[in-house]
Amino acid sequence: MNNRARMVSFFGESLFVTLSAAVLIILFAGALLAPILAPVGPEVLDLAGGLEPPSISHPLGQDKLGRDVLSGILYGGRVSLLVGVVVVGISLIIGSAVGFVSGYLGGWVDELFMRVVDILLAFPGILLAIALAGVLGPSLGNVIFALSILGWVGFARLTRGEVLALKEREFVKAAVVVGAGPVRIALKHILPNLIGPLGVQATFSVAATILAESSLSFLGLGPQEVPTWGAILSQGVDYLLFAPHLAFFPGLAIMLTVLGINVLGDELRLRFDPLGRRGERGR
Amino acid sequence: MATRRRGYDLIMLKRRLLTLIPTLFGVVTLVFAFIHLVPGDPVDVMLGETARAADKAALRAQLGLDEPLVTQFVNYLTGIFKGDLGSSFAYHKPVAEVIFSRLPATLELAAWSLAAALIIALPLGVLAAVRRGKRADRVTLLASLIGVSMPNFWLGPLLVILFSVKLGWLPVSGRSGIASVILPAITLGTALAAILSRMVRSSLVDVLDMEYLQAARARGVSEAKVIWVHALRNAALPVITVLGLQLGSLLSGAVITEAVFAWPGIGTLLLQAIQGRDYPVVQGCVLIISAGYVFANLLADLAHRWADPRLRGER
Repeated sequence: MNNRARMVSFFGESLFVTLSAAVLIILFAGALLAPILAPVGPEVLDLAGGLEPPSISHPLGQDKLGRDVLSGILYGGRVSLLVGVVVVGISLIIGSAVGFVSGYLGGWVDELFMRVVDILLAFPGILLAIALAGVLGPSLGNVIFALSILGWVGFARLTRGEVLALKEREFVKAAVVVGAGPVRIALKHILPNLIGPLGVQATFSVAATILAESSLSFLGLGPQEVPTWGAILSQGVDYLLFAPHLAFFPGLAIMLTVLGINVLGDELRLRFDPLGRRGERGR
Repeated sequence: MATRRRGYDLIMLKRRLLTLIPTLFGVVTLVFAFIHLVPGDPVDVMLGETARAADKAALRAQLGLDEPLVTQFVNYLTGIFKGDLGSSFAYHKPVAEVIFSRLPATLELAAWSLAAALIIALPLGVLAAVRRGKRADRVTLLASLIGVSMPNFWLGPLLVILFSVKLGWLPVSGRSGIASVILPAITLGTALAAILSRMVRSSLVDVLDMEYLQAARARGVSEAKVIWVHALRNAALPVITVLGLQLGSLLSGAVITEAVFAWPGIGTLLLQAIQGRDYPVVQGCVLIISAGYVFANLLADLAHRWADPRLRGER
């Protein structure tokens, strides 16, 4: 059996990956089309229907103010996906730039950058985000800022390592010999080889960022101007006895999203890293 | 030879401790920068903009905010060396005293979570390795993927619904004896268990076919003993490393778990301080947890060296 076939047969893998992709597509589409799909606006109050369990008119029930939970989850998905993509985008740009300069130039620049990276790595990420979002005040911008401030560090480490390794490869040395400048070498020779590892890391980072944003929202430190999964779940914790649906559905949305992205990340990693494929599975 | 080796170990330990200095200095600098990151005047934020000018001036002087930034930083730094992290506005007590009164609860939670993670991860990892490629392996892989994707502020309430509300076996929240720590420990330990079980699996797979194990089997050692004693000992190294690296995240993850279970540790203290704008306490909590994180990583490194005889004596 070749590697690919072995992989597929191992998990019923293709089924699992397909399922994850399908769940993600549904969640993404739900978030994008929220204004069309949501039964009512996420902020429409119906005090008489407070904490009502799932019904035909409200398939996922209502919160304590009678807001429709399904609408809240659809709109909340927009926040989670937006934060995930924007934070990882910012982190990717800053991190890969710092890592590239550090690895390519070496010397004191490398020493300086890596010292800063080491110090930032000394912080447990979510803790710094909690403190920052708390001190700056709860808003969408502050959540993005608080999560980006440490988000780039991992990308910088990874890029630097890859650049250091690529610098020693024959094809890059050859390009230097024939007189290619640093910009050309970066764009033509090194960057294309970074796309795989950075893409894998970015995928896992989106999952981690969505989890972190939900944590902040759960703690009341997330965006206040829009519904979020974490905030709906947090409300549900107060009514576990009377309205367990309020905590259950947003949590399920978070878990399925994060799980789906992690499964896809794993699949990407296996494709980009044939050695990892052998090490991880099926021996 | 042994003495020389011990000498090298001491040199390595000293070096490792020395590298902590710039890291901890950076941590302190960043934590100090917090209060100055607040847009506008922190005194306005604390007292409200309508407060009397005299009150604001008094608070500013009390906090030392009327001094130049460099002087404030030096004061903060020298304070830390004396164990002085400032005074809490809410508790009217030294920050260090407030934090250390809450620290035991957080450490207790972290320790039990670690135990829970090991209790879950070891059997799962061993099972997956022994039955590699089979259905049990696939199920544990799926379980571990779900474990790392599960938000602990969701897992906690689900466990409460099942074990506290439906079955009535365990308390819903608070810290009152051993029963009250079980649900928070499982909640906090699950993600770690998921990572560890994969680590146990892959490092066991690496040693399972080795000759020394076949030799042990040939000598008639039981399969259970071969795996749990002979194989696991050699598979332990990478597991210890990952464990150490994850210890710090237990501390920060504790913030959320404590919030779910109203566990009276540093995490709930930090959140109360954020809500009450008690900035010295916020600074102190972040500093203490980050320092704990740095030291946990150091301990992991040292444990790794201790467990791997090949690294002993290396500089």
